Amino acid sequence: MNEYFVLLISTALVNNVVLVRFLGLCPFMGVSKRIDSALGMGLATSFVIVLAAALSWILGHWLLVPLGLGYLRIMTFILVIAAVVQFTEAVIHKMAPKLYQMLGIYLPLIATNCSVLGLPLINVQQDHGFVTTLVYDFGSALGFTLAMVIFAGMRERLALARVPAAFSGPPIAFVLASLMSLAFMGFSGLNFK
Amino acid sequence: MIAAIFSLTLLGAALGLGLGVAARKFAVEGDPLIDEIEAMMPGSNCGQCGMAGCPAAARAIAEGTASVAACPPGGKALASALAARLGVELDLAALVDAGPQLATISEDLCIGCCRCLKVCPTDAMVGAAKQIHSVIREACTGCGNCVERCPTEAVVMRPVAVTLQHWVWPKPPAAA
Repeated sequence: MNEYFVLLISTALVNNVVLVRFLGLCPFMGVSKRIDSALGMGLATSFVIVLAAALSWILGHWLLVPLGLGYLRIMTFILVIAAVVQFTEAVIHKMAPKLYQMLGIYLPLIATNCSVLGLPLINVQQDHGFVTTLVYDFGSALGFTLAMVIFAGMRERLALARVPAAFSGPPIAFVLASLMSLAFMGFSGLNFK
Repeated sequence: MIAAIFSLTLLGAALGLGLGVAARKFAVEGDPLIDEIEAMMPGSNCGQCGMAGCPAAARAIAEGTASVAACPPGGKALASALAARLGVELDLAALVDAGPQLATISEDLCIGCCRCLKVCPTDAMVGAAKQIHSVIREACTGCGNCVERCPTEAVVMRPVAVTLQHWVWPKPPAAA
């Protein structure tokens, strides 16, 4: 149990998927203008990440490995991710039309979010078991949502700040993102021993 | 080889089936009128009407906030079909269908003020301060924003010159 807790903290904070691994930067910049849409995007991506990783693990271990089809791994994972994203889009369209409007084009773009494909591949690379995979990806998804929400909160404040003309808009957001990334580097000093 | 083809085909079929079931289960019953209008539109999401793609234009037309003649690529045929569907009076003679148009810059009038650059939604205008501007033909959607902005009336909309590469069959005449 303790081991899983450490894994959760280390994926969510220490190896944050956006700020340390630099995966999934498109929605991080694109949908972080308002907290509620950032939270919605974070949750939708989390759902996709966990579901896609679980399906990828099952397919990888029960279909690809027994048949010796390791070379089809990326293709299979992309297939799974695309299907899961379509499914999520249908569910959100039905359950939360307001959120569907807000996420707009970024919702189908979850399919091309590299963290969604990256995490199953990292799982294969590090040879995780099924439960470890779930915890690892849930932690990463949590870290993604956390980074999105914190960043959106700061950008909401930033909209009211007097930013020098040369920096207004995306440039100051990039500066902010790099400072946040630096701040998250501080977590690498965490020691659980 | 056989196993690879078979397993991926099976996987794709299974996922497709799952998505099909999900699409039925989570189907959103939108306004049927909007769906119907959207099906009539060209569907190329060109943005010449100034709205974010054909779904947005279909919604605006259904709500009555946009004219049935709002769609330039649809032309007279679409406008009259929409007018018939929505029961709106439409004077086809007043509807000048000038065909696709592109912004062009009269070089003797351009003063290089850069104002058209800022209003162009597709960055089709190129130029720098006090340099004569130009239009990238492939990027221009013919929205006409730059025409209103130009202080010296150097930007004019001209019909697209027909070349062998651009000629298409003429649109069928509007059904009366």
